Amino acid sequence: MSSTTDASTGRAQIAARTLRTDRWWLPPLANAVGLAAWVAYATVRAFMQDYYYVPEYGYLTPFYSPCVSTGCVPEASHFGQILPDVWWLPYAAISLPFLLLFRLTCYYYRKAYYRAFWLSPPACAVAEPHKKYSGETRFPLIMQNLHRYFFYIAGLITLINLYDAIEAFFKPGGGFGLGLGNIILLVNVVLLFAYTLSCHSCRSGVGGRINHFSRHPVRYKMWTFVTKLNTRHMQFAWATLASLAITDFYIMAVSAGWITDLRIVG
Amino acid sequence: MAESTSHLHHFKVWRGDDEKGEIVDYPVEVNEGEVVLDIIHRLQATEANDLAVRWNCKAGKCGSCSAEINGRPSLMCMTRMNTFADDEPVTVTPLRTFPVIRDLVTDVSFNYTKAREIPSFEPPKDLAPGEYRMQQVDVERSQEFRKCIECFLCQNTCHVVRDHEENKENFAGPRYLMRIAELDMHPLDAADRQLDAQDEHGLGMCNITKCCTEVCPEHIKITDNALIPMKERVVDRKYDPLVWLGSKIFKRSGA
Repeated sequence: MSSTTDASTGRAQIAARTLRTDRWWLPPLANAVGLAAWVAYATVRAFMQDYYYVPEYGYLTPFYSPCVSTGCVPEASHFGQILPDVWWLPYAAISLPFLLLFRLTCYYYRKAYYRAFWLSPPACAVAEPHKKYSGETRFPLIMQNLHRYFFYIAGLITLINLYDAIEAFFKPGGGFGLGLGNIILLVNVVLLFAYTLSCHSCRSGVGGRINHFSRHPVRYKMWTFVTKLNTRHMQFAWATLASLAITDFYIMAVSAGWITDLRIVG
Repeated sequence: MAESTSHLHHFKVWRGDDEKGEIVDYPVEVNEGEVVLDIIHRLQATEANDLAVRWNCKAGKCGSCSAEINGRPSLMCMTRMNTFADDEPVTVTPLRTFPVIRDLVTDVSFNYTKAREIPSFEPPKDLAPGEYRMQQVDVERSQEFRKCIECFLCQNTCHVVRDHEENKENFAGPRYLMRIAELDMHPLDAADRQLDAQDEHGLGMCNITKCCTEVCPEHIKITDNALIPMKERVVDRKYDPLVWLGSKIFKRSGA
């Protein structure tokens, strides 16, 4: 029983779990639905092993980047083929788990899923249902402290996404090309950089951990820049979920022939 | 002359002590421009002369009139009545994390105990008082935390102690973890605070769900600017082998 509703400790005896009258349950519910829907879509797509590449224009979806399975079409494999082609192994199995861990240990997503799924707490001043609470002091949650390592890896993967986006301007058949797909890929990469660089671990690493900014003017500038981005970390977190899903869906739709790419040049 | 905009409002106020209590209904007059504390004072002056309430400045700067208004931890003096519809009942209860003394007054001594547990500023050994010199850019971060008025709304809202009385012993609460962060970022503080933050003051209990930030009447970004940076500093010391190795090789300290 929560201490909030249990008055044995001399607290005011109020049985209600909360006296809030606003719709406090809406944000956690919206987060739970949004995150669950995204994870469901991403899981289906990661294991689909199809419609991930548009050979005419060189579009590769970020869900299959880098495409390192022997099952990948050779043109999509910019970084070699080292993984066996089996149904249970996504073609980008060397990047996807780290991207998942980067977001799973992200300080923003932690807040979102602790509230939405674990109800700890569901909303401010609403009693949580758990009897015991040890926070992030024990396994497995103590592993949240490894966030910075996943940040380093996610940074490298974002560079690969950038490479993919630039590569797509050069059509596999030769010549420069520009279509709606290129713009979508590019916007997605810009948002991915914004999300990755606005990370709290990045903010600490570039300068937050030092106490004398005056002795480190360059790091202070970097910290100031990341701090500005960091205030929008939540917005970038959701914007990138949307942009990843839109990018992937667009490439799937073009690849499957449901729609044709809107071409501007070439 | 403008038409008078006073109306009768349905107030529900928790009345009781540490043994028993209940929410009591009061119809009470509300005038334009008033805040919840004004209405509580009107109740004291009219129907409930013995209503206990702690207050002081009526300007959101003393941190005395913390309570829960329609379940939301807030300062009574900073909650305007025009944020409620005329027919919307307003429930006022004492803070639910601390022992109640009477009516809306709670015993907040938990916070004083926690404050005493944080070691004070420790100047470098080679500097005498009067010789401290600091750059503005180096103390700017800490200055945000100095805006704290110690209303204890964050301490009251944090689910770590609000929902788990047993955690009170080992958890300093957001206000005092922020105090540790303030001192740890201080350019002249010589004390080693990072390991203690985790091991003695319970920083690891914080799951960064940001309710402290949400309720802060001074709008201090407690989670983003104090707790998470402090967690990252703890990782530097306790959980990151690379930073540890770097500090051994390059003999970096304090930077």
